[in-house]
Amino acid sequence: MTSLWEAFAAAWALIAGFDATLAQIVGLSLQVSLSAVLIATCFGLPLGAAIAVERFAGRQALIVLLNALMGLPPVVVGLLVYLLLSRAGPLGSLGILFTPTAMVIAQTLLIVPIIAALSRQTLEDAWREYDEQLRSLGARRLNAAMTLIWDTRFSLLTILLAGFGRAAAEVGAVMIVGGNIDGVTRVMTTTIALETSKGDLPLALGLGIVLIGLVLLLNTAAALLRELAQRRYG
Amino acid sequence: MLPLELDRLSFSVGSTPIIEDISVRIEAGPRTIILGPNGAGKSVLMRLCHGLLQPTAGRIVWHGLRNGDPRRHQAMVFQRPVMLRRSALANVVYGLALAGKSRRASELRAMDVLEVVGLAQHAGRPARVLSGGEQQRLALARAWALGPDVLFLDEPTANLDPASTQDIENIIQAIHASGTKIIMTTHNLGQARRLGDEVLFINKGLLMEQAPIERFFREPASAEAGAFIKGELPWH
Repeated sequence: MTSLWEAFAAAWALIAGFDATLAQIVGLSLQVSLSAVLIATCFGLPLGAAIAVERFAGRQALIVLLNALMGLPPVVVGLLVYLLLSRAGPLGSLGILFTPTAMVIAQTLLIVPIIAALSRQTLEDAWREYDEQLRSLGARRLNAAMTLIWDTRFSLLTILLAGFGRAAAEVGAVMIVGGNIDGVTRVMTTTIALETSKGDLPLALGLGIVLIGLVLLLNTAAALLRELAQRRYG
Repeated sequence: MLPLELDRLSFSVGSTPIIEDISVRIEAGPRTIILGPNGAGKSVLMRLCHGLLQPTAGRIVWHGLRNGDPRRHQAMVFQRPVMLRRSALANVVYGLALAGKSRRASELRAMDVLEVVGLAQHAGRPARVLSGGEQQRLALARAWALGPDVLFLDEPTANLDPASTQDIENIIQAIHASGTKIIMTTHNLGQARRLGDEVLFINKGLLMEQAPIERFFREPASAEAGAFIKGELPWH
């Protein structure tokens, strides 16, 4: 019990004192996961929108597949990206294994299905309401998809946050493709795993607190924004 | 682009017929009211005419259409208006922009119609926070702004209180007076009398009669129509 309190106190000292190592690790985590969310949105959102408004053969199968891929184990994604990027792999010549770029790629693959599947659901629900009105006004599919994205933008923001939460919290994929190299590819989750196994609980705990705090902060901001938008736009 | 001719028009879902073999000619000018009991197929018939549904058999012919897409010359107002999450003005501009109007021209035109329907002072307010009656007036403005030859209205006052209904009826009259053909469904026989010139009476997907409004109420051609009028106006 005492050691837990000591660890908490030490963790708090690290956070309050803006410990350089801690800051560097948090910074890299944010950089990698936010980049992954941004890139995954560029692929996932149009994919989700296309599935929402188009009718084509195999659509239902694709929806099932995307929903299933939401539960993709991070270590498996890490392994696949590792195989692609390793020296002998098809993209080995790029030499980006064990760099932050590789971590961004892995996390992007992990959350594209989440963003695509959830935005598909949101946009399709909206489409059911808007369909006849938009077609009556002469909107083609692309117009309609853009309109739906704009009109559901606050719900979509929550989905992006879910993607960010998944990326920032996973440890398996970044561990495998990043290698947890001190000062280069060490992020919050991999550090927590490493420091815990080494017995340096203050740093692990401090990072844990920051990680939870960050996710909480972002979600609170999103909830407030949604609430505000709901009142403003109906 | 009128007259509109429906040639042996049918629509079914699976093996259930909704509209059966309807042939009719709708001329420019008189306000056409589609009447019939619940589930008769009134809304489906309008959606077929407007092009939102594809007929399973038969043809829809716009005899007066000289150029291009018939959809460009018609508009529709639904029972429950769907408002985009943007300002009242932007909702009207949206339709005009889709029709290819420039931003400047769209805004001028949109302000004009908002003025006419009495919503000019709400132009900047988010459309979804307007009252039900205001939203329906906005829906009428959005449709009217497009300058359609034909305006379809599907039970436009079904969910509204008497005062809002009065506003909507006045706007529909003004749209008619501006030269747009009105084709609407309603449950309210008083409204049908006030707004209609001719009636299409539909029952179980079949067209029972097409008649001038006065004659329809005085001497309906079918027993079904007689029962419908009695049922809707039980004090007669």
